Amino acid sequence: MKTPIYLDYQATTPLDPRVLESMLPYFTQHFGNAASRNHAFGWEAEKAVENAREQVAALLGASSKEIVFTSGSTESINLALKGVAQMYGETKKHIITSQAEHKAVLDTCKHLEKEGFEVTYLAPDKQARVSVEQVRAAMRADTILVALIWANNEVGTLNPVREIGALCHERGVLFFTDATQAAGKVPVDVEADQVDLLCLSGHKIYGPKGVGVLYVRRRNPRVRVQAQMDGGGHERGMRSGTLNVPGIVGLGKACELARLELTSEAQRSAALRDRLEKRITDALDHVHLNGSREHRLPNNLNLSFAFVEGESLIMGIKDCAVSSGSACTSASLEPSHVLRAMNVGEDLAHSSIRFGVGRFTTSEEIDFAADQVIGAVKRLRELSPLYEMAQEGIDLSQVNWQGGH
Amino acid sequence: MAYSEKVLDHYNSPRNVGALDKNSANVGTGVVGAPECGDVMKLQIQVEGDRIVDAKFKTFGCGSAIASSSLATEWIKGKTLDEAMTIRNTQIVEELSLPPVKIHCSVLAEDAIKSAVADFKAKRESLKEGK
Repeated sequence: MKTPIYLDYQATTPLDPRVLESMLPYFTQHFGNAASRNHAFGWEAEKAVENAREQVAALLGASSKEIVFTSGSTESINLALKGVAQMYGETKKHIITSQAEHKAVLDTCKHLEKEGFEVTYLAPDKQARVSVEQVRAAMRADTILVALIWANNEVGTLNPVREIGALCHERGVLFFTDATQAAGKVPVDVEADQVDLLCLSGHKIYGPKGVGVLYVRRRNPRVRVQAQMDGGGHERGMRSGTLNVPGIVGLGKACELARLELTSEAQRSAALRDRLEKRITDALDHVHLNGSREHRLPNNLNLSFAFVEGESLIMGIKDCAVSSGSACTSASLEPSHVLRAMNVGEDLAHSSIRFGVGRFTTSEEIDFAADQVIGAVKRLRELSPLYEMAQEGIDLSQVNWQGGH
Repeated sequence: MAYSEKVLDHYNSPRNVGALDKNSANVGTGVVGAPECGDVMKLQIQVEGDRIVDAKFKTFGCGSAIASSSLATEWIKGKTLDEAMTIRNTQIVEELSLPPVKIHCSVLAEDAIKSAVADFKAKRESLKEGK
């Protein structure tokens, strides 16, 4: 077993060797521009891209004509939200999202607010879930779009996508979902789930970085999106720019593997995830699960270790690569906005660690990680004045804290 | 985030971890920070005459916070109360090579020293008045 052990599969995943193999010919041998219509180099590239489009569509239950290739989920989110807002913004002004979204959605919504759109940020429940009733109550006559994450990137909670999709279609409101964490992990079917726009990223599903997808529904309703980049009019005019052929080929292969192995992989991940949780909670008390036990990704485990600060814990388990808060915000000292929105308590938000297991995780690695975590938490609790106070029976919420920074 | 070697050293082998009897007349206790801010430091001193003969700490916080308080206990041991009060957070920053985002850890450590000294002095005053 090699250390450090990678347990941060929600941040990114290694490329599956089968994906790499599929990509290699398209760097040197079949290097054509997929938009070159006049020669075999272009035709070869175009054929590969269209094959990948089919593979992506199959994972989502979509038609290949509804797949737009982008550089990744952040771009897809910008294109979906800004593109829809601009296309439908003359008559409608209102967008519904939640406080537990990824920053790419929240910051895009803030941008749209500056342009005059009105955004409702629903407060999720303690498990990070938004209910269909909340969405219904927030809908207005001028609501254009509901944008909600399918599986939360920090705590892995699944939103009731199908119910929300049905509501949106009943009310004539477009529905975008960020499926970056969900695609390939839980079944996605844009028809049954009534999703109008959806994004995913290659690198979260054992594909390459720098390539992703925006699914844009073509029928019932036909969704129109204003392009955000001017240029050659690639991707049915929605996303100009020479196609990243090797990346797209890899993404297609990654989607195919994810589709074929989804059930077995979900079972395997969940077993490893549960093994990790059991070992940790058998040895330690005051460990809290963040998120929903019922509605969650099979490969995510977000735990708060009371009386221990997350960053110091990560230092203490240096042979394990895990995340405190989301990787995108860990440069700041603020606790995660998701845990804040869930209202788990600021002290527990500071004590949270996200473990992500994946295709290449072994049970040996899980046991090693569990031992490291248990050892570090015990050591840090010996160092913790909060643990000492709790042992003395002091209610920490009743203490008058002074001089906080 | 990369930590300096000194921070790692204090984190891996913290000096003077523990607790002194907070009810003892010779012991001053300072608790600063708040759980919701991600940092709580408890620093205790044992004083004979005007000299700090022992110091202990416990810290809830990041590695830099643990290192700052560990270093603070090392520095104040053997010093007089007045000498201890001259320790500045900037000295801790320098010694541990703390990056700008971790300066608050050093501030907290300075506050913890002052708070422990103040607690001891208040105790001594009240004992005098009691006599």
